[in-house]
Amino acid sequence: MTATTSDVAPRYNDDVVRLFTIATVFWGIVGFAAGVLIALQLAFPALNFEPYLNFGRLRPLHTSAVIFAFGGNALFATSYYIVQRTCQTRLFSDGLSLFTFWGYNFFIVIAALGYVLGVTQGKEYAEPEWYADLWLTIVWVAYLLVFLGTVIKRKEPHIYVANWFFLAFIITVAVLHIGNNVEIPVSLTSAKSYPVVSGVQSAMIQWWYGHNAVGFFLTAGFLGMMYYFVPKQANRPVYSYRLSILHFWSLIFIYIWAGPHHLHYTALPDWAQTLGMTFSIILWMPSWGGMINGMMTLSGAWDKLRTDPVLRFMIIAVAFYGMSTFEGPMMSIKAVNSLSHYTDWTIGHVHSGALGWVGFITFGCLYYLVPKLWGRDRLYSLKLVNLHLWIATIGIVIYICAMWVSGIMQGLMWKSYDSMGFLEYSFVESVAEMHIYYVLRAMGGLLYLAGGLIMAYNFIKTIKGDVRRSEYPEMSAQKGTEALA
Amino acid sequence: MSDQHNKDIDHITGVETTGHEWDGLKELNNPAPRWWVWVWIATIIWSIGYWVIYPAWPTLSGNTKGTLGYSQYTELEASQAEILARQDQYLSSFEQASYDQIANDEELNAFAYAGGNALFKNNCATCHGAGGQGAVGYPNLTDDDWLWGGELADIEQTIRYGIRSGHDEARISQMPAFGRDELLEKEEIESVVGYVLSLSSDEGADASSEGAEIFANNCASCHGEDAKGGRDFGAPNLSDAIWLYGGDRETVYETVYNSRSGIMPNWEGKLDENAIRQLTVYVHGLGGGEGVGAVVEEVAEIAPDVIEDPMSDAIEAVENVVEEVSEEVSEVTDSSVDASAEPSVEEGVEEEAVEDDTTTE
Repeated sequence: MTATTSDVAPRYNDDVVRLFTIATVFWGIVGFAAGVLIALQLAFPALNFEPYLNFGRLRPLHTSAVIFAFGGNALFATSYYIVQRTCQTRLFSDGLSLFTFWGYNFFIVIAALGYVLGVTQGKEYAEPEWYADLWLTIVWVAYLLVFLGTVIKRKEPHIYVANWFFLAFIITVAVLHIGNNVEIPVSLTSAKSYPVVSGVQSAMIQWWYGHNAVGFFLTAGFLGMMYYFVPKQANRPVYSYRLSILHFWSLIFIYIWAGPHHLHYTALPDWAQTLGMTFSIILWMPSWGGMINGMMTLSGAWDKLRTDPVLRFMIIAVAFYGMSTFEGPMMSIKAVNSLSHYTDWTIGHVHSGALGWVGFITFGCLYYLVPKLWGRDRLYSLKLVNLHLWIATIGIVIYICAMWVSGIMQGLMWKSYDSMGFLEYSFVESVAEMHIYYVLRAMGGLLYLAGGLIMAYNFIKTIKGDVRRSEYPEMSAQKGTEALA
Repeated sequence: MSDQHNKDIDHITGVETTGHEWDGLKELNNPAPRWWVWVWIATIIWSIGYWVIYPAWPTLSGNTKGTLGYSQYTELEASQAEILARQDQYLSSFEQASYDQIANDEELNAFAYAGGNALFKNNCATCHGAGGQGAVGYPNLTDDDWLWGGELADIEQTIRYGIRSGHDEARISQMPAFGRDELLEKEEIESVVGYVLSLSSDEGADASSEGAEIFANNCASCHGEDAKGGRDFGAPNLSDAIWLYGGDRETVYETVYNSRSGIMPNWEGKLDENAIRQLTVYVHGLGGGEGVGAVVEEVAEIAPDVIEDPMSDAIEAVENVVEEVSEEVSEVTDSSVDASAEPSVEEGVEEEAVEDDTTTE
């Protein structure tokens, strides 16, 4: 790419990491923008452009863009970066890893095209039809080969904790993806397929998949990122090896049971609901193990939060992780769920995890990665990182608070009976009450998107080799010599 | 992990590391926090307790039932029973009460209104609007302008059987498509449209115009000589400037050319008896209700002696009125059913009679 890549040890394949990094930023902007648009569509229905750009088609486009495109590319980028360094070896196969880049992003494009054209399985977070599912399976097996192959040929005697999480994420997502997509196409020339399992069994499998997409894609994978970049950025050892063992194994064993809490008070048998709920409660501490290890890694280095906005991103991310992994088990309690289910509270919960945890830990990692990958000494501007941090944080807080209020209000309105035993509100009256909160939510999302654009600008400048000199007075002092470097 | 690393101590915290190092990263050998372990154990113990009292683990022959005998269906029944008990306080007297008794009983009236309100919002508001204000093609239910009648019995019949709903008892009429079926020339339609529009204009209508003659020959049989509409056919009043599909020249032309036939579903079979009666009282009370149960002035108009008589006689007098009214209504109903029977509809068309539910409400 540039002459300065010689700074990076040649024994690592960082070309593919750079590709995934660029894709992460690109899809992040697309996904956030799609989110703002559909938030506005809910507030102002006239913004639905039929048929291709209506809410029903853009909603899966938004969720897939942020989870699988933004989150997925971030996981590829960081896992390839981390596994090489913590195994002290080059990726198992350059060709196969490049295939995972193009193959994975091709999957995203055909899935997104399907959505706007109305092709969907109608399964949340598993909307792509059979042809895209098959393609993703091939790509994912290649990913597993690259990652596992690299771990196997490692030059370190032990496998670093981040790699446990990445490996658990890759293997489990493969199992979930295949398990939830056992389907028969109508014909080989038809985009439509039907699942082999139907009814409540199908619903159960869907939410076994859906909840563990959260658990393994958005939690385990991103914990892997945290376990490398937080100690790196803080320049401190990981707080507790023993805690990491305990919470890793408990997290992956218990998460897999929690899916039924998405189906409380449905046709799902009582016993399955009980297990889903109780395992969600038991999951609370294993989830918090990651938070503790992330936070406490700063012991002895808390002062760095005052000066390092990148570390601030990571620690706020871990705080949001802790908050949403408490909120989740709480919402799985049937009494709470009977109020929160089907309301915006769920949307708020998901976004405190997605915007706060997944988004912020990714931003933190990207701010760490980009200067290193492009051989720059520093980011173009740390002040812009700080601006991004605060704009996005305010955006999240507005978003979550709006959804808490609107969600609880919805739940209460739907359950409200008058003294004579009649429903007090119709559904549409509850919708009308949501308007102001939907406007607020869109504003929160807009702030978050603005933060993403600031980050992209900062990266473009950084990659070009620009430095905002007013922020680095020591550089201005020795201009002339340094400027040539 | 050579031996020298095993004694590695982190100088800031004084805690031993595990001795391994990856890319400069080390791990401290801190124990898991005690509180973390204890809270975790507490959640496990709590869950085990929950499994004992609630249905939990699958077995070969089913699942463990739990000591509480809990089922989400009994929980639902219990919560529904609590709600239904509130209705039950009023339901038996409501079931036995006639409309005029309901009208005269504050509590029953409030009950009917509350039930009707909930039912309306969940079933009717989709078309007629949240306040019953209507929309293009869907009548306003809050005004005095009724297509098929605004007394309680009329409203109940419309709700129960619907309009062109496919139900055997549905209200049916069909305005001819004068243009499409070539019953009138385009020029004739234009002049009759002009006449119809002039009926509600400030200038007034010209009874000697060509349009007036076409109206008299084609439209008056349903809409009336005076164009005030005919409830037997659901034919709208064309002289009141209230338009169901729109009162501009193009829309009225379209109405005459192609005719209109809006559909309202029948709610019998979808809503129970009490619900239909609650809705009837509610819609009747939206503002335009006629006859018994409407505003007092109107009751006075129909039965002046009711108001003048002592209270003890009032109820009986109202009942008499209701009887008379319901007789009239049943006559009207019979005749409208006759009119809608197939042969007479065909006759009607042959005679170029105008059966219409269209342009106005």
